[in-house]
Amino acid sequence: MKINQTKNGSALVIALEGRLDTMTAPELEEQLKEGLNGVEDLTFDFEKLDYISSAGLRVLLSAQKTMHRQGKMKVVHVNETIMEVFEVTGFTDFLCIE
Amino acid sequence: MKELTLAATVENIAAVTDFVNAELETADCPMKAQMQIDLAIDEIFANIAQYAYAPGTGMATVRFALQPDPRTAVLTFLDSGIPYNPLEKEDPDTTLSAEEREIGGLGILLIKKTMDAVEYIRTNGQNVLTVRKRF
Repeated sequence: MKINQTKNGSALVIALEGRLDTMTAPELEEQLKEGLNGVEDLTFDFEKLDYISSAGLRVLLSAQKTMHRQGKMKVVHVNETIMEVFEVTGFTDFLCIE
Repeated sequence: MKELTLAATVENIAAVTDFVNAELETADCPMKAQMQIDLAIDEIFANIAQYAYAPGTGMATVRFALQPDPRTAVLTFLDSGIPYNPLEKEDPDTTLSAEEREIGGLGILLIKKTMDAVEYIRTNGQNVLTVRKRF
């Protein structure tokens, strides 16, 4: 998986490419640990993400909790497979998906 | 039927996925079903790798079979670790807000929702988990 971060002031866009799964989720988690400091507007761009497993959901949930405290978060360009994962797990109820 | 036996490690999830995808591609499996099967592999094999033999290590076997009418991929995962039936676990509450959420059990829930059937048996000292996906 590739992680591309673009920061503009307090806005951060994280574009993911490939698969967010058991092997790759820890890498994203590690980057978010310090990467979210001072971020008030977080966007995950999933245009090139093929799928997300529960390990990836765990990282997204943790980011959502952090952003609740310090700003807002949204997920954009979600494909059909990933949308189904969000629906089945109830993540559509609290994630802002555009 | 094809079979692959390898060390149950998180690093080997990719090898299992490659093994199954090669079979699915030969069978002209649609991309969406393939993604869902890959996702199931990630959840199941990661679970075996992280818990079956903890704190030690062990082997796991993955079997792939294709059934006709309707075309169905049948994947079976076998390990000799501690007895564990993931289907016994209660489904997590998916109506809670982000703040109230505890992550756990989402993997098996995803498998139940995206596969057509999931079966578990404990036999000959092994956990045997079988998933079926029509395509």
